[in-house]
Amino acid sequence: MAYSEKVIDHYENPRNVGAMDKDDRGVGTGMVGAPACGDVMRLQIKVNEQGIIEDAKFKTYGCGSAIASSSLVTEWVKGKTLDEAMTIKNSHIAEELELPPVKIHCSVLAEDAIKAAVEDYRQKQGGAQVVVQPVMASAQTAH
Amino acid sequence: MNQSKIIELNSKQPLLINPDRPIYLDYQATTPVDPLVLEQMLPFLTHDFGNAASRSHPYGWTAEKAVEKARQQVADAIHADPREIVWTSGATEATNLALKGAAHFYSGKGKHLITLRTEHKATLDTCRQLEREGFEITYLEVQEDGLVDLQAFAAAIRPDTIIASVLYVNNEIGVIQPMEAIGKMLRAHKVLFHVDAVQALGKIPVDVEAIQADMMSLSGHKIYGPKGIGALYVRRKPRVRVEAQVHGGGHERGMRSGTLPTHQIVGMGAAAELAVQSMESDAKRIRQLRDRLLQGIQERVEETYINGNMEHRVPHNLNISFAFVEGESLIMALKEIAVSSGSACTSASLEPSYVLRALGKSDELAHSSIRFGIGRYTTEEEIDATIELIAGKVDKLRELSPLWEMHQEGIDLNSIQWAAH
Repeated sequence: MAYSEKVIDHYENPRNVGAMDKDDRGVGTGMVGAPACGDVMRLQIKVNEQGIIEDAKFKTYGCGSAIASSSLVTEWVKGKTLDEAMTIKNSHIAEELELPPVKIHCSVLAEDAIKAAVEDYRQKQGGAQVVVQPVMASAQTAH
Repeated sequence: MNQSKIIELNSKQPLLINPDRPIYLDYQATTPVDPLVLEQMLPFLTHDFGNAASRSHPYGWTAEKAVEKARQQVADAIHADPREIVWTSGATEATNLALKGAAHFYSGKGKHLITLRTEHKATLDTCRQLEREGFEITYLEVQEDGLVDLQAFAAAIRPDTIIASVLYVNNEIGVIQPMEAIGKMLRAHKVLFHVDAVQALGKIPVDVEAIQADMMSLSGHKIYGPKGIGALYVRRKPRVRVEAQVHGGGHERGMRSGTLPTHQIVGMGAAAELAVQSMESDAKRIRQLRDRLLQGIQERVEETYINGNMEHRVPHNLNISFAFVEGESLIMALKEIAVSSGSACTSASLEPSYVLRALGKSDELAHSSIRFGIGRYTTEEEIDATIELIAGKVDKLRELSPLWEMHQEGIDLNSIQWAAH
């Protein structure tokens, strides 16, 4: 598998690996994927009182692209508002990491992980204005 | 190439530890040509270049003599008669010739064949082709240790069964099927027995009489011989007939036409002789290395699972699944070791190993399996370095794995409702 240097860099030096207390009210946790499909991503965000994501952590079971995609989004979501984080699309991730077509589903999963983490956080805050996007159809065709 | 250059080439070990190349532990995929084998091949590319089919001059006679010597060497290696050996381009062609050739010839008697789900693709894809031609194939399940159940085998035999094909030693998990019992049973039912002995030759004693094989596929490049050469054993007593699949010139008693590649044949003959000679010492040394590897991994890494029976198995193969790490990232992490993975992410298709699936392994464990193939040139230093690498990389990937964290916390992953995606 010919990976881009960016994927290899994230794979060999993953950023923000770790765990946060998922019961913390200020932490949103998104876990997406399934072991049988070969990838499970867990993205956690810590949101401050201004609604800014001040920290992010991930753990991923998956191929090099899945690890790189989740590592990358932890860097990208930090410092963003929840709404800004929700604008990150899988196509941005795929483009940044130069993912081969067969690995596009990894970027889809990373986008889903952001949405799931934001949704989890918003639900903890009372969950009023949550609009959850359905899981993208393209993710299903990848398996 | 002059003589001194040839000698220089021969004196080189084919696999010196080279920091620029990964440690080679993929001996079930292929092997380097042994320098002793290469030495015997080279003259037949240059000085002794004649065509073995040229009967009217010494060029041809020299080639024919070399071909017949190699035929004797291969026959001796499996306790056969040289007249029972047909040269082919490799074991895949040998298996095609055996299964299609015999199925076509005996189709008047019946159109049913039996094989195992864990066979090599050369057998399975040939069987698929026969199905398209109207033959019926039973693909027998194996037990979870990879061995076939003899009672299930017996139950699959029908009055119209003409051929059964069994892989002597499995290429992925190294298990040895109970060939004597299968051969005896098939002979009693007058079913032809084709044996794929590609991974058996040179690793365990192979005797066509002991297992009552009717046809047997062999390969050069798995026994430290060259690629592009194989052989099919076709029994003479009682006589087995196969219909030719390649026509033109009537070479090899009409069973396989085409000018014989003398140098390749000489290489396979020499490799077969050497394989039998060095079998015991190779196996003893390789078993020690295998045990060292297994023990090292088991001491350093938790949650590992051996795939395939350990008792009925060649020591040259070790197949282990590492739970809670994903197969492709594992292979990516192990770039300093040349191994094969049960995760076909590394190859053309995105399927977990069908052999491990047939053993009832989950997709996850099939994906995270590594096949270690140990061979004639593997050293203790390479094994020790491999253990270090495996332990370090698996640890690193598990630190990254949410599944490992959940497992450490005592969460049963099967109890979780995963979102299918």
